[in-house]
Amino acid sequence: MPDDAVFPGQTARGLTDGIRTGAHAAREITKTALAHIQRTDLNAFITIDEEGALKAADVVDQKAAAGAPLGPLAGIPIALKDVLCTKGLRTTCASKILANFIPPYDATAVTRLRRADAIILGKLNMDEFAMGSSSENSHFGAVKNPRDPTRVTGGSSGGSAAAVAADQAFMTLGSDTGGSIRLPASFCGVVGLKPTYGRVSRYGLIAYASSLDQIGPFARSVEDAALLLRVIAGHDPRDSTSARVPVPDYPSACQKGVEGLTIGLPEEFFGEGLQPDVRHAVMQGVEILEKNGACIREISLPIAGHPSYAIAAYYIVATAEASSNLSRYDGVKYGFRDEAKNLIDMYVQTRSKGFGAEVKRRIMLGTYALSAGYYDAYYRKAQQVRTLICRDFARAYETCDLIASPVSPTPAFKLGEKLRDPLQMYLSDIYTVSVNLAGIPGISVPCGTSPAGLPIGLQLLGDAFAEETILRAAAVVERELA
Amino acid sequence: MTYEPVIGLEVHAQLATTTKIFCGCNAEFGGDPNTHVCPVCLGLPGALPVLNQNVIDLAMRIALAAGCTIQPRSRFLRKNYFYPDLPKGYQISQFQSHEEMPLATGGGIDISTDDSGTKTIPLTRIHMEEDAGKSIHALGESLVDVNRCGVPLIEIVSEPEIATPEEAFHYLTSLHQLLVYTGVSEGDMEKGHMRIDANVSIRPVGETELGTKVEIKNVNSFRNCQRAIASEIQRQIDLRETGGEIEQTTMLYDPDRNVLRAMRTKEESDDYRYFPDPDLVPVVVDRAWVERVQSQIPELPDAKRTRFAKFYGLSADQIEVLTADRDIADYFEATVAAGVQIRQATNWIQGDIMRALNDRKIAIGDLRVSPQHLAELIALIDKGDISTNIARTVFDDMVETGDSPSSIVEQKGLVQISDTGELDGVLDQIIADNPAEVARFKDGDKRLMGFFMGQLMKATRGQANPQKASQLLMKKLGS
Repeated sequence: MPDDAVFPGQTARGLTDGIRTGAHAAREITKTALAHIQRTDLNAFITIDEEGALKAADVVDQKAAAGAPLGPLAGIPIALKDVLCTKGLRTTCASKILANFIPPYDATAVTRLRRADAIILGKLNMDEFAMGSSSENSHFGAVKNPRDPTRVTGGSSGGSAAAVAADQAFMTLGSDTGGSIRLPASFCGVVGLKPTYGRVSRYGLIAYASSLDQIGPFARSVEDAALLLRVIAGHDPRDSTSARVPVPDYPSACQKGVEGLTIGLPEEFFGEGLQPDVRHAVMQGVEILEKNGACIREISLPIAGHPSYAIAAYYIVATAEASSNLSRYDGVKYGFRDEAKNLIDMYVQTRSKGFGAEVKRRIMLGTYALSAGYYDAYYRKAQQVRTLICRDFARAYETCDLIASPVSPTPAFKLGEKLRDPLQMYLSDIYTVSVNLAGIPGISVPCGTSPAGLPIGLQLLGDAFAEETILRAAAVVERELA
Repeated sequence: MTYEPVIGLEVHAQLATTTKIFCGCNAEFGGDPNTHVCPVCLGLPGALPVLNQNVIDLAMRIALAAGCTIQPRSRFLRKNYFYPDLPKGYQISQFQSHEEMPLATGGGIDISTDDSGTKTIPLTRIHMEEDAGKSIHALGESLVDVNRCGVPLIEIVSEPEIATPEEAFHYLTSLHQLLVYTGVSEGDMEKGHMRIDANVSIRPVGETELGTKVEIKNVNSFRNCQRAIASEIQRQIDLRETGGEIEQTTMLYDPDRNVLRAMRTKEESDDYRYFPDPDLVPVVVDRAWVERVQSQIPELPDAKRTRFAKFYGLSADQIEVLTADRDIADYFEATVAAGVQIRQATNWIQGDIMRALNDRKIAIGDLRVSPQHLAELIALIDKGDISTNIARTVFDDMVETGDSPSSIVEQKGLVQISDTGELDGVLDQIIADNPAEVARFKDGDKRLMGFFMGQLMKATRGQANPQKASQLLMKKLGS
């Protein structure tokens, strides 16, 4: 659990109230956070924006002193996964190819944070281009798990989870394409929410797989995650795929309990490969929900829960989109360029040296899946499987309000343990990828620890735009385990 | 053996929108390099395209004018390839396959040629896409201008049912006229508003199977297209006749030397890895939208020609000139509506107006003479206030200044001298000054009439009413 020695107040609301009343100064909180980042070396940050953060803090303090209205995140130190564009602040995607890229614009989610008077501390480490499950695939080195620095944070939003777990930032933003928020939240013992596809604008989120990517919050508590989601959610005319669905008051949902909710346990997510310690912790979370009035039932997700379908479809759809999305990094306009005698050599050398091994692996997989003669066998087939996965979940939500499962078969593994074996690494996401293919929301909320003291998360999944239901249940688990 | 050519055309036309297809940047031609740009058309990381609804409106307008079927649901796909002037590494386009439909299918373009009379060239499809940028290679350097990236285009694809190079030319002029008439494109060839790819093959007359096709890329004028196709047909016939085989190739046309050169063969052809763009939602068009666009389509060239023949009783040649451009047709109708006789309006527009436009290389929309002023000018001639010759001078002034003819006539004192007393005096003086000519005239040299009239016009600075003056002169010289 986070340490209150760093930040005064347990919740974001408490912190902003303190600033509003003058009990705390945003500048002091920001300085404390910046100093704490320097003290705790987890390699969670790629770029720290001390000057920008202090400037923003001063503006908040001036507003507070003048009695001017303050935004809902006033003075809260927040950090961003380095996949979100920040105007004037280097945005690298943890890649050599973008190591010197300074965007001329803010992502929509970032604009909304600034408008809410949040303080942006800097940019967080991650797997390169959000491709990975351990946050080891970074041009800037691996992120270390604050609970055990010899272990991974999970990925790809490892820096986002570690920064919250280590009190380096009060809240953070990450992105989730196949589990990239939920897995590191589970491994680091914090709350991580992947919203419904279209809930948060993707404008300014550097694309990995456009039809799967979604920005979401990391926080020390369910209510804080709800507050952060409320700020960043909502339709954006700059993103055609963002939904025109009203944004509810997510924080108030956290008080509503689970009385009368039906929660399904998919048998496929509790089968072979699931470590007993993880199963034990997850079932402890489920029992809490039952004790608080939820009805638990066993369900089946024959396609969505089947690794041969879900993982395979995910790695075809995601890599196909990635192969096209990453074409723009060609050395011509911005980012890293390897000078060469002719154009083709410049392309080949730039991309060979600029991208890391995992990114190149996925570009090649995706290029292959879209190639003439293979499209029908791979990409088209994967899209058909995707439709079946959506139907699986739709059928489940006819009888359930929520689905509960583990986030990953194991707790955080050792640094380097799975780097040589991509397939083993891919299986870390066995319970999370089908959620992105279906576009539905999911959360990881801490539900216990392994005997070795490693955090374990409970995954709660809802129907599209049912974030409130997820938050209700996650808040109950959190309260009972506190 | 005799061969027949089989020709299909793919025309890229720039839509007349003010902004680009997926962002709010200026779509205008020109501008300093890389000034009409933003994160979206620069393809910066994280930027997303949002479809300009006006693009769908314009694409649907030409599709409906050409009788196409509008697809209720179509998608944008990514065409993936690397090139420095393609910032995203893919072009967003529509593509027809067994599962993907473009915005419009079917329809046709009516043409009339001297040889084959009237004919409809059927269309395969009309789809929307974004333009790429421009690469400039000079002094051992390559530079990229991204201004054109994201400029909205439609691609109009014909069926391979064009039989001759001449038909191809007429197809292009008809299509151009339709695009400009409907306001879908400005159709300015010098700004590259229309670019043509031609697919050409030949087969022995009577055979139904298509021969191997050769694609001629990026031709920028209709005459060049006609020439390029003709020269390609001849090349293919020569090859067949000498036992050679036609390879599936892509050619570039060099208009200066009237030759084609091969760009690439089929073996080197790219795999564009088309797939639906996940950043864009499908284009869904309902009936109400189609009806709204349908109601915005102005009278089309064919309908206008028929009406001009019936309503104004004009000849085929006159109709050709007056309806070639919608603005000229409108100008004609406005002139007639201002009270000018049809014959006079036709003569003035075909003559002086067209000359003024050609001399100044301007469109009729830029002409400073309004139909009302032209009607006023013609009325001044009819009333006898000015001669036809003076009218020409006045007209030139009107073109320059945009002033009304009466104010020009008044300012410059150009009103005709019809007053007998005033003309009397001038004529008497001329007779007195030229006794020798008077004597010869009286001896029967009637050609000297011209000499006297010339002297009169000189003395009156062209303002003498010629009819009145010649009557008076005859009387005075006693013939």
